[in-house]
Amino acid sequence: MKPTHAVGIVGYGAYVPRYRIAAKEIAKVWTGGHGGVPVESKSVPGPDEDVITMSLEAARNALARANIAPNDLNAVWVGSESHPYSVKPSGTVVAEALGATPFVSSADFEFACKAGSEAMTAGMGLVGSGMGRYVLAIGADTAQGRPGDALEYTAAAGAAAVIIGAATESVATIEETVSYVSDTPDFFRRADRPYPVHGNRFTGEPAYFNQVRNASQALMTQLGITPADVTYAVFHQPNARFPQVVAKQLGFRNEQIAPGLLANTIGNTYSAAAILGLCATLDIAQPGDVILMASYGSGSGSDAYLLRVTDALLARRERAPATARYLARTTMIEYAVYAKWRNKLVMG
Amino acid sequence: MELARHWRVRHARYRLEGSRHTQTGAIAFPPRDGTEWQPHVLSGRGTLCTYAVIHQPPAGHAGEVPYMVAIIQLAEGPRITAQLTDCDAHDVVIGMDVEMVTRLLEDMGADGLLLYGYKFRPLL
Amino acid sequence: MRPVFVAGTYATAVAEHWNRTALSLASEALHGALATSAHPPVGALYVANALGAAIGMQSNLAPAIAHAAGLTGIEILSLDGGGAAGGLAIRQAMLAVASGMHEAVAVVGVEKVSDVLDEQREAAVALLSDGDWEGVHGVTQTAQWAMLMRRYMHDYAVTPLDFAHFAVNAHANAVANTHALYRFAISAEKFKSAGMVADPLCLLDCATMADGAAALIITAQPVTQCGRTVRIAGSGVATDTLALHERADLLDLTAIRLATQRALTQAGCALQEVHVYDLDDAHGICAVLAVEAMGITPRGSGTTLGSTGAIRPDGSVPLALAGGCKARGDMVGALGVYQLVELTTQLRGHASTQVPGATRALAVCMAGIANTAVAHVLVGA
Repeated sequence: MKPTHAVGIVGYGAYVPRYRIAAKEIAKVWTGGHGGVPVESKSVPGPDEDVITMSLEAARNALARANIAPNDLNAVWVGSESHPYSVKPSGTVVAEALGATPFVSSADFEFACKAGSEAMTAGMGLVGSGMGRYVLAIGADTAQGRPGDALEYTAAAGAAAVIIGAATESVATIEETVSYVSDTPDFFRRADRPYPVHGNRFTGEPAYFNQVRNASQALMTQLGITPADVTYAVFHQPNARFPQVVAKQLGFRNEQIAPGLLANTIGNTYSAAAILGLCATLDIAQPGDVILMASYGSGSGSDAYLLRVTDALLARRERAPATARYLARTTMIEYAVYAKWRNKLVMG
Repeated sequence: MELARHWRVRHARYRLEGSRHTQTGAIAFPPRDGTEWQPHVLSGRGTLCTYAVIHQPPAGHAGEVPYMVAIIQLAEGPRITAQLTDCDAHDVVIGMDVEMVTRLLEDMGADGLLLYGYKFRPLL
Repeated sequence: MRPVFVAGTYATAVAEHWNRTALSLASEALHGALATSAHPPVGALYVANALGAAIGMQSNLAPAIAHAAGLTGIEILSLDGGGAAGGLAIRQAMLAVASGMHEAVAVVGVEKVSDVLDEQREAAVALLSDGDWEGVHGVTQTAQWAMLMRRYMHDYAVTPLDFAHFAVNAHANAVANTHALYRFAISAEKFKSAGMVADPLCLLDCATMADGAAALIITAQPVTQCGRTVRIAGSGVATDTLALHERADLLDLTAIRLATQRALTQAGCALQEVHVYDLDDAHGICAVLAVEAMGITPRGSGTTLGSTGAIRPDGSVPLALAGGCKARGDMVGALGVYQLVELTTQLRGHASTQVPGATRALAVCMAGIANTAVAHVLVGA
């Protein structure tokens, strides 16, 4: 898919909380430290952070890079599976705090881990049709894993924001996108339940690998390119292994995915994960580089995008903190503190 | 439940919007009423005047202990009271540079509002 | 304006009065004050209370107390005003008597805080500062004093231990006061190892809020007790910004400076002529900033009054002779009335910790971080 008018990313911004918990610290509580862990550590939101606050910082970084006025935004869309309110849009708080209100479209998106990329695709439509000039699309999550569940080792927190605008103003143009969706119940959370359930290995081949592979392959086929034509690739990263396996299946080399592979230290940031990987890649990319990004959301589907970096990137990326600045800011916490902050203690 | 009380100051709380005097250019925070004042978003940059670490909290903040409150000298002139976040007491010294972030100020309970507003942290 | 005098005085023990109500404490104080001197019938009852409404105990206390004390039908006035409420009520009673409106007025200050837990009490006290721009951030009044103390230590290179003398002196003086909350001495060593309430303020640098009531009868005619009459020679009230951060000079308690000047001017008394003081001294930093604002000692030198012993009963600036807020206890809205009861006793020469020959006393109480301050000068003859 691509819109009538060429579009791209005019500004991008990352946010990762400063706190981390080591997977070994979690394993100590539930397995006595035996067995392997899917990541080294994961990010944990501070007690005063949630999807709204993290979205805001990522969005402020994106606005700084885009160098546009907040009220130039035609839409503020927040994709997440952990919106602080069940009913009352995160987007209204974010838009108000940015100064984008009142003449702005705002809504929350939900599609497990690909709610953020869904907002990107919708933004391509709004800008590419000529309806509006700029759309702020955010993916953010403070993911929850049931204590002791495999998810607890990876369910992390982060946010990433992109502003979609005309290709001519972009730091990276979006050449094409493919969305690949089927009803695949690999992971879900019923209404009013605190933690999701998942199908263990069923989340792998029939779900993540199938959707990401098909979306990415279809994208490359439509554009008539191969992995050799792509400088960097970013895949949704529920753990450190899955994106490396799917990259290999598709024919990408490790060096191509290295800059955007963040899961080993920050875990799975859900709706933010693929876009955060894209932010980290844009932080080091050069004009002319080609980037393939594929998100994944359980339920399930994948959105794949092909981006081409423009000359504008070099000057604009200095206007906000690089993703690496957030990754470097690391304060390890113990399981007890994590349990307190993440509301895992029964307070009576 | 207090809804309007927090709603009417949302611009000041969320994005540090104060007032600028149309004649003198003076910057005020909190925002001022009156036709001679117009809205003005402050930079969020400042330095730390002083701070304290609260161990005995008021109702509504029990889960946050220990937390730090501070008086910040904003770059534009006004001073402001706010919490410090993303730092530990041993990271903090009077005179250090800080920047505004928007964070959760208070969770007013399962049937209450989530109250967002400015806090300050050491420059990233 | 005619001169006004203190007639009867009475203060209840400061304690956690689990078994008693605010009305019961206030009635005891009123009856005590009315019974201790001969004077014309009181024409009005002025009631000071800071936290009754904020903690959800009882608002509109004055008619309730009038009835409980058997004075149903009397003219009343309820005064809010945080920790300054007691001083404000005395000021109003003084004006009513000085103007000739009344021959005698009863003032009672009462606080009943033990019915709620610490968190609610902190929240109620925090309402005395700016709710929208301070309170909402979880700032307590104690934390605001702690911030001032931190800034003071930074500007003048002193340590928390330099403030310990004020608590040590207060506790030493309270030992003899049968009405005090804490009748034991503390050492600087103990102060050093105390846990933190709002760092840098430790537990032994923080007064305890407690229950109590105090009453005064203010009259136009001098009433002699123990061979002495005590006149309220001067009174001053001043205000400052509600929010601490709005002040140009954080460490200058302007309202205390102005209220003190106004009271001394009215009394025709120089600061150097004052023999005994009582301050709103919940923390060492409160006393330090107050003595500097009053002009007793230059800016930045307040802690030396402690280290040199000047604040002790035999020093040049005797403070907290009945134990101050730290050891006698802090009854918030009743404090201003307690201060005048204690200082009247001092001028009549039979205080538990007596300064021999004291004839001039100065009391200062305040709301919040001195957003309101009230000063009174008493002269004994």
